[in-house]
Amino acid sequence: MSAQSDLAPGADARLHYVLRLADTSLILGQRLGEWIGHAPALEEDLGLANIALDLIGQARLLLSYAAELEGRGRCEDELAFLRDASEFFNLTLVEQPNGDFGYSIVRQLLVAAFQLELYEALQTSADRRLAEIAATALKETRYHVRYSASWVVRLGDGTAESHARVQAALDELWPFTGELGAEDAVDAAMVAAGIAPSAASLKARWSARIDAVLVEATLRRPSDSIYPWLGKRGVHTEHLGYMLAEMQFLQRAYPGAEW
Amino acid sequence: MTTPDWPLFEVFIRSRSGLEHKHVGSLHAVDARMALEHARDVYTRRLEGVSIWVARSSDITASDPLDADAFFEPARDKVYRHPTFYPIPEEVKNL
Repeated sequence: MSAQSDLAPGADARLHYVLRLADTSLILGQRLGEWIGHAPALEEDLGLANIALDLIGQARLLLSYAAELEGRGRCEDELAFLRDASEFFNLTLVEQPNGDFGYSIVRQLLVAAFQLELYEALQTSADRRLAEIAATALKETRYHVRYSASWVVRLGDGTAESHARVQAALDELWPFTGELGAEDAVDAAMVAAGIAPSAASLKARWSARIDAVLVEATLRRPSDSIYPWLGKRGVHTEHLGYMLAEMQFLQRAYPGAEW
Repeated sequence: MTTPDWPLFEVFIRSRSGLEHKHVGSLHAVDARMALEHARDVYTRRLEGVSIWVARSSDITASDPLDADAFFEPARDKVYRHPTFYPIPEEVKNL
């Protein structure tokens, strides 16, 4: 747990909070990008790439803001490509490997539905900058939810094979959703300042939205796990390190390279 | 990437300034709802449109190229159907 101390002297709760949002979008965008050239159909290839680009666009806005808050003269690229895994604060859920198409789609729904509630609530944040970013991200996030929910329904209520696969994906990914409702000191400070909604309120609305999709998809909601995943505090599963090694290779090997 | 055995849909897009939907291409999808979403992802990424129509390609009845003579040739020698035989008043611009 060296994460907090590595970040920056003077790193405050707001910087931490913004990095959580930024990293969640960035890492999920990078994961979806891995699908390019491998999706089950050309049309899905473009669809997943579109979502990936939306997410990376959100990450750029948020990382730029984080860089300003940090005030150490770093830019969005340095934050994206030169931090180590323990300095990333994304939800553990988004760093999970792609698996098959159904697995990626279930992960996408679980995250997008959460981001939808989050961005809706952030529109009234006391932090104007966050409110503006949320308003921009909200529109595309609605589409991400529509896209992933319709696929989850198709696959869940599809063939025996597709049903079994997305149910297995749901069972495997569900434990990571415990983190969505977990609050720590950073969250509490943000809620107190009127900057962020409480995680518990987001989780409740997320839960209702997910339940509606699962019913339509004839999928069984797994029971909640009490295991406390800590991605947003910088403690990650092994997958993030491998992913960053690939994502950051160019900047690490050729510092300052541009094209 | 193997393309699944999905039916073909034709896509029509109305641009921001356009009045009518124009055919822009085709794509594969399981049903109309998915075709709309695919059309959004494939054909409107650069702000090309504000409205999308999709139709199963198999629902479109097309003229047969072999009938081209019967269909289109008779119009060829009827130039008087073009509005080019009228003197245009000078006051009328942009006609």
